Amino acid sequence: MIRSELIHLIAEENPHLYQRDVEKIVNTIFEEIIDALANGDRIELRGFGAFSVKKRDARTGRNPRTGESVAVEEKYVPFFKTGKLLRERLNDSANEKA
Amino acid sequence: MTKTLTRMDLSEAVFREVGLSRNESAQLVESVLGHISDALAEGEQVKISSFGTFSIRDKAARVGRNPKTGEEVPILPRRVLTFRPSHLMKERVAAGKKS
Repeated sequence: MIRSELIHLIAEENPHLYQRDVEKIVNTIFEEIIDALANGDRIELRGFGAFSVKKRDARTGRNPRTGESVAVEEKYVPFFKTGKLLRERLNDSANEKA
Repeated sequence: MTKTLTRMDLSEAVFREVGLSRNESAQLVESVLGHISDALAEGEQVKISSFGTFSIRDKAARVGRNPKTGEEVPILPRRVLTFRPSHLMKERVAAGKKS
C-alpha cells in the first residue's frame, strides 16, 4: 500500500469529505510525526507502535572500499518500535492461513 | 526536554489544519492507523513517500536460551515489522537535534 492508496481508502469511507481535505488529513498526520521527531520528541500510538529518536555515538568508521579510517560524528536517527497489539496481529493472521 | 505525543496530539493537528470537529479528527487518525495495520496484518508492505516504509519480515524458527537460567527454549517462526525512515525524515531528525 502506498500513500495515495491510503488516501483513497479514507476518501471512500468518508464520502462527505473533499478529496483535498482527505489528502490534507493524511499528510498532516505524517507531517506531525516528523515534526515531533525533529524536535526530539517521542510519539506513542498504543496498539500501533512508538516513534522515537535514538542517539548514535561518534565512532571511527571505515571506508569499505579503501579500508581507510573515517571519523563518524554522533548522530540522531528515527526509530520505530512495533506495538504489542499490532505485533500480535501480524502473527495471528499468519497462523490463520496455516 | 523530551515530550511524548499521543493520538490526541495527532487529532489536534488534524483539527487545527483541516477544521473538522475534534471528534471526527480523532476518528480519522484512528482509521489511518487502522488501515496501515490491516495492510501489514495481511503481509503487505506500506510505503509512505517522504515518511518511510513499513515492511514485514519472516523470521525462521531458532533455538533461543533463557539468559537467566541458560535453559534452551525453542523460538517459533514469526513475523516482525520493520520501519525504514525516508531520507527526508532522517535529514529532519538529524538537523533538528543539531541546533
